[in-house]
Amino acid sequence: MIAIIDYEGGNLTSVKRAVNYLGFEAEITQNFNVIEQSDRIIFPGVGAAGASMEVLRKTGLDEIVKDQVVNQKKPFLAICIGIQILFDYSEEDKTECLGILKGVVRRFPEDKGAGTLKIPQIGWNQVHQTRPHPIFETVPNPADLYFVNSFYCQPVEPEVVIGETEYGVRFTSAVARKNIVATQFHLEKSGPVGLRMLKNFCRNEDWS
Amino acid sequence: MLTKRIIPCLDVRNGKVTKGIEFKNNIDLGDPVEMAKKYYNDGADEIVFYDITASNEARNIMIEVVSRTAEEIFIPYSVGGGLRTMEDMRSVLMAGAEKISLNSSAVLNPEILSQGAQAFGSQCIVLSMDVKQVDKCDSIPSGYEIYINGGRKPMGIDAIEWCKRGEEMGAGELVVNSIDADGTKQGYEIALTCACAEAVGIPVIASGGGGTPEHLYKVFTDGKADAAIIASMIHYGAYSIGEIKQFLEKRGVVIRKT
Repeated sequence: MIAIIDYEGGNLTSVKRAVNYLGFEAEITQNFNVIEQSDRIIFPGVGAAGASMEVLRKTGLDEIVKDQVVNQKKPFLAICIGIQILFDYSEEDKTECLGILKGVVRRFPEDKGAGTLKIPQIGWNQVHQTRPHPIFETVPNPADLYFVNSFYCQPVEPEVVIGETEYGVRFTSAVARKNIVATQFHLEKSGPVGLRMLKNFCRNEDWS
Repeated sequence: MLTKRIIPCLDVRNGKVTKGIEFKNNIDLGDPVEMAKKYYNDGADEIVFYDITASNEARNIMIEVVSRTAEEIFIPYSVGGGLRTMEDMRSVLMAGAEKISLNSSAVLNPEILSQGAQAFGSQCIVLSMDVKQVDKCDSIPSGYEIYINGGRKPMGIDAIEWCKRGEEMGAGELVVNSIDADGTKQGYEIALTCACAEAVGIPVIASGGGGTPEHLYKVFTDGKADAAIIASMIHYGAYSIGEIKQFLEKRGVVIRKT
């Protein structure tokens, strides 16, 4: 069973529907037992960093997620706001985040000279794979995937980067380290290619 | 680089897809979920459901359509038509829609844009507007006026001003629908689309008049649109989404291929 962490944000049901469609069981939950007994964890997206962290702290989910991911090394997929709060700090609401990965989350630059950059980025953009990873199995390189974001991650350790995308700046759109994989784009809204990546996460045994 | 989005629009009346010409003479085309699924498989980048029956019974039928769609379609889709309250918006989002499209209700009560944006985020608030070309005057300096109630009632509001206001109030995207072009298949209103795109810093989606792939090319280039809504040109089999994308790609427009 896959635990989908309920941090009271949006889009939780979309992820569950996509996982179910692929033939895997999933439960949207805040229950520690359910999370501990799950085979894998998904931390899905849509929401602001401040509000999301507040819910995680209030419920104690921050500690259980850290324990499951860092100590238990359970396969863990974070999407959109999920990838952002894995890092130390986000400029959004000036938020201290989980600090599982080293780095900060920045807002896209407002003005890029001649053309103004539209923020949030909404739409399909190309993800360039910077190194092979099981999540990319049978996924074209580059692949068009669906983004909705005003902020992007800036990892300190270059080796965690597995995907990059251009939007005013070239930014990190996917990261991975051991049991952790995280994407800025929405796998659950990225059509057949997004589903393929989600399936790669749900079925693969080896993440290290 | 962001791709230009191609967005099939399904006008839904009493749970069936229908297509009218210049907002009149509607005919039934089929089941919305089946049609959405077909367009999803054909490579649609997003889908719009527009509920054109504004009664309360119809709302429940629409929610059912939205939630059935969510089981089978894994691209973003929005729902519009007759949404007036936070509760209306919440029920559509909970049923699985990615975005809510507000039209008449936002003109009558602009606060709903900011309330929606605050509660659900700007990215799911789409301001859709029906626009008609009129003589320029002091209150309509651009010569484009906002209409409501399915294009029947002029509001004395300038469309370009309304775009800016909508952005300020928290809309994350704009749909600019030309009443003059709608259903004619003679091409999008390029000047209007371009004026709106230049007035705001959020994505603009062109609507009304798309009849050939060339029309999409024009609105993506000259019209500066980020996305375009199509309906008649695919509903009756004149073109497939694949054909349209192939045409655009050959002409150098960046579209989603995978």
